[in-house]
Amino acid sequence: MLEGALAFGFAAWGLALAMNLWRLFRGPGVADRILALDTMVINTIGLIVLAGIASDSGTSFEAALLLAMVGFVSTVAYCKFLLRGDIIE
Amino acid sequence: MSAGFTYADALVAALIVLGSSFALVGSWGLVRLPSLMERLHGPTKASTLGLGAMLVGSAAWFQLVRGTWTTHELLVCVFLFLTAPISAKMIAKVHLHLLRQGDPSAPGGPAGSPARPPGAADWATHEAPHEGTPGDFEGD
Repeated sequence: MLEGALAFGFAAWGLALAMNLWRLFRGPGVADRILALDTMVINTIGLIVLAGIASDSGTSFEAALLLAMVGFVSTVAYCKFLLRGDIIE
Repeated sequence: MSAGFTYADALVAALIVLGSSFALVGSWGLVRLPSLMERLHGPTKASTLGLGAMLVGSAAWFQLVRGTWTTHELLVCVFLFLTAPISAKMIAKVHLHLLRQGDPSAPGGPAGSPARPPGAADWATHEAPHEGTPGDFEGD
């Protein structure tokens, strides 16, 4: 049963990443592309957590935590640059 | 029902399926909805909830099946739930800013541009901090 759930999870998170990629290339505005990148980071964290369960090891959680932090900081940096023309004033 | 059925497995499997479904719904909303203000709803709510369910499932897996207590999931969960609204607000601010500048790459969508706030005021995202409020620094 867990194997089936893991297979469904990998398929669902992978499909979600593919849809985010479509929005990243298609997105009419800059804000759409930032939103797509932010969502891709969230979905990648989900994939890492899923891989941690599948491989039965807890060593990948540092990667998930780092990715969450870097993703947030990069989103805010993009937004600050577009809003103010500078990231750190 | 397989021979190795346990309730811990069932709980973890249910949480994984729930989280993955919510992530799929969130990304489908990102693709499908017509304008950016609507597209913000999918990732900020559905995907965050999906990842929360995944992290609870992971914590339950390591606690119930492996017998080890991990706090990493809790850290990721807290950090994500704190930062998701902030990044959504920043993206909405960028959208309003580009619309106000008349950037042609920021269409308003079928609903058109966001409505003006009542009165002669501008949206709070465009205003300088009012006199006497914490953001009002001396000399700016």
